[in-house]
Amino acid sequence: MTAIAARLRFAKTGTGRIGLAASLLLVALVLIGPLFAPHDPAAIAGLPFQRPTGDFLLGTDGLGRDVLSRLLWGGRSIVGLAVVATALAYLVGVSIGLVAGYTRSLVDPLLMRAMDVLLAVPPLLLLLVLATGAGRSLVVLVLGVATVHTPSIARIVRAATQQLTGRGYVEAALARGERTAAILRREILPNILGTVLADAGIRLTASILILASINFLGLGRQPPAADWALMISENREGITLQPWAVAAPALLIALLTISVNLVADAVARSLGTSIDRKQVAR
Amino acid sequence: MSELAAPELPIVEVRSRRHPLAGFVLRRLAAGVATLLVVSVLLFVGTNVLPGDVASAVLGRDSTPAGLAAIRTELHLNRPAPERYWTWLSGFVHGDLGSSVAGQAVSGQPSPISGLIGDRIRNTAVLALFTIALLIPLSIGFGVFSAMRAGRPVDHAITGISLGLISLPEFVTGTLLVLLLAQWWGLLPGVSLIPIGESVFSNLSILVLPVLTLLAASLAQTTRMVRAGMLEVLRSDYVEWARLSGHRELDVVLRYALRNALAPTVQVIALNVQWLVGGIVVTEYVFGYPGIGQALVQAVSARDVPYVLSVGMLIAIVYISLNVLADVLVVLLVPKLRTAQ
Repeated sequence: MTAIAARLRFAKTGTGRIGLAASLLLVALVLIGPLFAPHDPAAIAGLPFQRPTGDFLLGTDGLGRDVLSRLLWGGRSIVGLAVVATALAYLVGVSIGLVAGYTRSLVDPLLMRAMDVLLAVPPLLLLLVLATGAGRSLVVLVLGVATVHTPSIARIVRAATQQLTGRGYVEAALARGERTAAILRREILPNILGTVLADAGIRLTASILILASINFLGLGRQPPAADWALMISENREGITLQPWAVAAPALLIALLTISVNLVADAVARSLGTSIDRKQVAR
Repeated sequence: MSELAAPELPIVEVRSRRHPLAGFVLRRLAAGVATLLVVSVLLFVGTNVLPGDVASAVLGRDSTPAGLAAIRTELHLNRPAPERYWTWLSGFVHGDLGSSVAGQAVSGQPSPISGLIGDRIRNTAVLALFTIALLIPLSIGFGVFSAMRAGRPVDHAITGISLGLISLPEFVTGTLLVLLLAQWWGLLPGVSLIPIGESVFSNLSILVLPVLTLLAASLAQTTRMVRAGMLEVLRSDYVEWARLSGHRELDVVLRYALRNALAPTVQVIALNVQWLVGGIVVTEYVFGYPGIGQALVQAVSARDVPYVLSVGMLIAIVYISLNVLADVLVVLLVPKLRTAQ
């Protein structure tokens, strides 16, 4: 219980509170926003690049679609894919780290050298290479983003696991004859979870950043999908005529990443741990 | 604001007594080359072995059976993957980067990649060097200043603004800068095209916005890390001693603290220069700047496998070399890291 209380302490700091409020607001916007969309996000409803009017509160885009409606629909993919990719990275990274940290066999160095190699590839290059080989597949994109995070998570988990393997309660479980999988899951995992999840927030921000960048480069979600990053690249040519079609999604992405980062920062400070940003590729 | 962990430093175990440093440098280089070899396999598998017919992707809607067969022969797709990997790697090592498939589809004749990328590499290097030349002094300046004023309003302002800037992807920073400085105030060009036959240097104003975009996130990141390293040193006993001996604070910082914060700072800067690699690709695309990153994105869109593979390998070489260089530099700068066995 105290651990949970400590974890919620971040909400008492000013920046933590602002970040949390803004994040919750944006998540609400992303989840229930589509219900309030005045137009069909894919429908051509007016003339291209119209400035804001009563019918189109933020104007229209290059094809004459309603910018506000596309904005309300366009956050789902970024947030959804980033959450899935980050969760997947934790699942794989924690598993690898637990096994590598607990085993005293050759499996440990083999796994960790593999992680070192993955760390030696620039994250964006990895995703570009996968996009070349597999085409514009969202599944491969999510797997790629998860792969970017996996090695550093595995390293942290391995180090934390190694610290615990000599502890009394682990030895006791061993003496009781418990299986390795049970020891890892019931004895070690609960005790390292706090350390491991402390940087979940900045990893989520990093996933959002890189997924949005790939979408912006035209290598992720494809038109006519409504997506904030895609909206920016689609409407850049009309920036003189209708700046809102570009400015609105850009501001929303900025708001999203900044507020998630504020929460992550406040959580780390309240835990008294330091965020090791070096461990998170940008 | 949040405390960042100080970087871990490599500890060199000196094995040979006569040439300890040479031994370390050689071992580090060998590890770098080994990593590069494994990365080359990874890049090859990523571009070549994943499902998806590259030949029809390259030709798109205009594909004819004869055209497809020609591309497959050109890419040697009918031969086994290990053999293709070996052909590519031995060519690459000898300076033959292969031929661009997309270039051939357009012009109808073989277009060697090495002939396509010369100018682009130079343009990217110019962009990167301008950015780094500003990044290093500014980040050390802001980082040290912020650490000296730790806990005061100016420190809060620097750490707060930098947290905001770190959070923004390059394409958002770039777009907002274009809106502000090019669109509304009309101060600078919003695109960074270079007319054929001219060089970057004929119009340096096109560099301003891309450099600012790249600096935003990297400067913020580096400043925070330099500040964290500096704070740690400022809390140490010898800095306390220097203060108690009556040295002025500026003297303490410049003569005692900064020297000891040098090694982590060098690592932090190397790390952030490494991270610029991804940022440059996106930034070049945002501004239409004719560098290697923009060409890479175009090649990925066209699924030009040989181009992505060879240019990707060049980028990996730069990335990993920076890593090796940072480790070696740190050991050269900080004698205490050379521990005897």
